[in-house]
Amino acid sequence: MTNIVVLVKQVPDTYSERKLAAGDNTLDREAADAVLDEINERAIEEALVIKEANEGEVTVVCVGPDRANDAIRKALSMGADKAVHVSDEALHGADILQTSKVLAKAVGTVEGVDLIIAGNEASDGRGGAVPAVLAELLGLPQLTHARKVTVEGGTVKVERETADEGITHLEASLPALISVNEKINEPRYPSFKGIMAAKKKPVEKLTAADLGLDGEVGLANAASTVLESAPKPPREAGQRVDDEGDGGVKVAEYLASQKLI
Amino acid sequence: MAPDPHDFLAVDAQLSAEERDVRDTVRKFANEELAPNVADWYESGDLPTELAKRFGELGLFGMHLSGYGCAGTSAVSYGIACRELEAIDSGLRSFVSVQGSLAMYAIHRWGSEEQRTEWLPKMAAGEAIGCFGLTEPDSGSDPGSMRTRARKDGSDWVLDGTKMWITNGTLAAVAVVWAQTEDGIRGFLVPAGTPGFSARAIHSKLSLRASVTAELVLEGVRLPESAVLPGATGLRGPLSCLNEARFGILWGVAGAARACYAAALDYSSTREQFGRPLAGFQLTQRKIADMLVAVNQANLLALHLGRLKDAEQLQPQQVSFGKMANVSAALEVARTARTVLGANGITLEYPVMRHAANLETVLTYEGTEEVHALTLGAAATGISAFR
Repeated sequence: MTNIVVLVKQVPDTYSERKLAAGDNTLDREAADAVLDEINERAIEEALVIKEANEGEVTVVCVGPDRANDAIRKALSMGADKAVHVSDEALHGADILQTSKVLAKAVGTVEGVDLIIAGNEASDGRGGAVPAVLAELLGLPQLTHARKVTVEGGTVKVERETADEGITHLEASLPALISVNEKINEPRYPSFKGIMAAKKKPVEKLTAADLGLDGEVGLANAASTVLESAPKPPREAGQRVDDEGDGGVKVAEYLASQKLI
Repeated sequence: MAPDPHDFLAVDAQLSAEERDVRDTVRKFANEELAPNVADWYESGDLPTELAKRFGELGLFGMHLSGYGCAGTSAVSYGIACRELEAIDSGLRSFVSVQGSLAMYAIHRWGSEEQRTEWLPKMAAGEAIGCFGLTEPDSGSDPGSMRTRARKDGSDWVLDGTKMWITNGTLAAVAVVWAQTEDGIRGFLVPAGTPGFSARAIHSKLSLRASVTAELVLEGVRLPESAVLPGATGLRGPLSCLNEARFGILWGVAGAARACYAAALDYSSTREQFGRPLAGFQLTQRKIADMLVAVNQANLLALHLGRLKDAEQLQPQQVSFGKMANVSAALEVARTARTVLGANGITLEYPVMRHAANLETVLTYEGTEEVHALTLGAAATGISAFR
């Protein structure tokens, strides 16, 4: 029996043009289609695999505006059991620290959590710090950037993979927090039965005040401020290598310099 | 905000959350797992056997039926799924139509509790495929003239006859076969492997190649009384199933039309002649505009009929309206799109000729365009011109 919380986030679709709002440099949520972040689908998949092997319950926790309903429903239609949705205008412009605080309180409303699973980094802000900050706030061991996860009894083992350190093996006793990378699994499609069932699954709606965080969150209280933003510069011309019999070596050297091999 | 060229009238904004979720799921599945392979399937004239299992896992088979392992979605959700499948290929939608709307619906609507419990859960899961035997070599638009006979022999039934153009015939674990009896037309569940029953694949098709078509032969096929569908006597039985399938078709072809329009729009904006894109020529823009109108009208009509069906108000004559109007529109769009793509349009590299060829079949199966026109004529005038 493993009681799992999965953190999910609704983000602008990576296929659409993503912008910051002109007024306050926060994410312009109206400018793009909103989807459940793909890395979260993998986090949900991993939770479902663990649940199917060990029994248990999967609760989705989401901080986001009302329309994040769609992302939550997708998580539920994949097979998660219930959801906690923190939605509050006061959270507009929340930074990584505030979001982590809200998540910590929201996770606290779920009883007897054994494992928290997050994506390693959302595709919009790409801060990648929320899992670690949340683990600190909750006093849990953090096993981040997992490409493989095994839960056995009261222990979780992961293969951690980063560009700098390669593969490392981590182990912790539960409860613990893990974040997963894109190699962890291939997420399932929601089945139609899942889609039909999702409509009936409980979604608890909470505000910042419900979590005792009234007046502490939002853009005005953020520890970091976005002063300006600029569009991505156009792609530069590629690097040309002339093959003088050593083309293969040069290509390999280039790939190695980019840490691709 | 300018209208979306791919959903110009914002038809999909009318969908419920459930219907959007179904759309997104089928579209993603179709783009990831069907679109990359469909040209190969079409060329080889075959479908991989594991496809049934995948469709079953998603819940595509009998999705709008309730209980017995079926998902129990709205009719509109079923239509949307057909639309997204047929945007890839009419053969794939036909697979789902025949399984869900013909074979499973027949058992669900007219079968005994034992028949439902035996067949529907494994058919919903894609573990058992069904086919539907109504049409015969000499009996198409006039199914009442069928020659397949079922006669009583003690407590058994003995069936003799031939069924033609049967989708999924060689894949099927169970065939729903309609036959003349002394009491009128009755439906029978014929399990594959029953002595005297065989299915032969029909090859050399130039249309609907990503679909399996067969001839069913029944020679002294002996079946117990429990094989009869108890609920149906007369043509009402098979026609009720066809009505279900036609509903899926009128949605599906809106998807095929959309795919052809999208291919033509994309091609015309990248292909340059006389120093500018084809899309910049007035004659091309006329074609784009005509296709845009046709695709959006087809979608609107499908959604309207779907809402009527969910309200249990949809009449068979209205289904004929939708089948006739949307298939004609889709075929016209496919042909027009082909002209925009020029020679490239006839290859399997692009979807339009495949769709155009498929739609030539869709035009005549499940009620020819002529029969649907006569149905509408009869409904409007009160005079039947063919019966």
